[in-house]
Amino acid sequence: MSEELFPEPEWLSEEVKTGTTIIAVTFDGGVVLGSDSRVSAGESVVNRVMNKLSPLHDKIYCALSGSAADAQTIAEMVNYQLDVHSIEVEADPLVCSAATLVKNISYKYKEELSAHLIVAGWDKKKGGQVYATLSGLLTRQPFAIGGSGSFYINGFVDAEFRKNMTKRECQEFVVNALTLAMGRDGSSGGVAYVVTIDKDGAEEKCILGNELPKFFDE
Amino acid sequence: MHFTVVFSGLSGVCDRLRQARVRTPAAGSFSNVVKLKMAAVLQFPASVSTFNNYNDLYPDWTQTEVSTGTSIMAVEFEGGVVIGADSRTTTGAYIANRVTDKLTPIHERIFCCRSGSAADTQAIADAVTYQLGFHSIELDEAPLVQTAASLFRDMCYRYREELMAGIIVAGWDPRRGGQVYTVPVGGMMTRQPVSVGGSGSSYIYGYVDSNYRAGMSKEECLKFTAEALTLAMERDGSSGGVVRLAVISEQGVERQVILGNQLPKFSTV
Repeated sequence: MSEELFPEPEWLSEEVKTGTTIIAVTFDGGVVLGSDSRVSAGESVVNRVMNKLSPLHDKIYCALSGSAADAQTIAEMVNYQLDVHSIEVEADPLVCSAATLVKNISYKYKEELSAHLIVAGWDKKKGGQVYATLSGLLTRQPFAIGGSGSFYINGFVDAEFRKNMTKRECQEFVVNALTLAMGRDGSSGGVAYVVTIDKDGAEEKCILGNELPKFFDE
Repeated sequence: MHFTVVFSGLSGVCDRLRQARVRTPAAGSFSNVVKLKMAAVLQFPASVSTFNNYNDLYPDWTQTEVSTGTSIMAVEFEGGVVIGADSRTTTGAYIANRVTDKLTPIHERIFCCRSGSAADTQAIADAVTYQLGFHSIELDEAPLVQTAASLFRDMCYRYREELMAGIIVAGWDPRRGGQVYTVPVGGMMTRQPVSVGGSGSSYIYGYVDSNYRAGMSKEECLKFTAEALTLAMERDGSSGGVVRLAVISEQGVERQVILGNQLPKFSTV
């Protein structure tokens, strides 16, 4: 091995990961999805403003975590498949269909992929729904959290979640959870992206770092 | 506090240290020693068994280290401290003791909460109890909580390669009132108004950050600790059983136990 005067920085050869905190919560009449915005390659932050909430259809979004490449590819593939499907059935696709498509890809290629997508949205049949698709399982839950930052907020979400919150309360809950996770997880940070989906459509919002709520732990 | 994640990647080093391990008396019988020969005790998740020979005759847990998986917590309030812990000790997947007492008295009004390897923490606690007892006789007064914490820190730092111990030292002394000092794996020491530790603590950082307020009363602290530990026990496989609490103040030590069916309930849990 030849000596290098300026060794190549580690992050050039590290896989790009979305360290991440993602969360999706149902409320009475829809869902709220939230994510942080940090993408890291090793110790370097390669993108500090990435929006990890990816649209699969008008009223169905998914939240990306794990390997950035894997997650984005799955989201794009499902976006295409869902378009074709919705033309075939001549109606808006069900959230369950979108989640199943994601699950099929995650499960079939589970050895090669390392991405966890949370699918959430609103449809006429069942209203607001959240599906978790970790390593190829498919389960519907009142809320779901994912990514490395989610470990730190397990206790918080267990304690604070209530069924049938209002839209406002749900958005606050999501922002609080993201802030707490970003405060403790080194791989999560930046700004908070929040998407609210109900029968009228999807509303995207970005909350800057200095507008996030403050929690004093000392 | 997330050192357990780092440790799981050191299997090569741990292999060698494990071969050099010195046999110590079985956990449960130990003697007071000033100079300690520490065994290399390292805890791995049950799924990693590169060094365990799989043998149908002997269950996996007979060959795994005893560890206090754990969730521990300590909170300062005006006039004292509240400390709490779960009660599960595991060897691999087997729960060796489901009613462990991880709140160990070091002196009359100084306790420590133990997490990590059961053998290591018991041995350290024993040694520090001896040293502190001696020190307080020499001084002819009650020792400071900071002194106890420093003794823990000295030992945990000096033998940091061989030990796997995360300890929270909490107590009351006349000079500075209620204090909580945390001595995590590696041997640093810092004073904090509220501290959580053990494998279950990762899950409750968010809850503790959002719910802690300065200036809580004793009852509020007890409720806060019980709720936080319950949440951790629900999510962490290595924590469970009952919640043991203790309040240390000028008046002394009050201990209580919250049994499994009396734990606070949360809507999704």
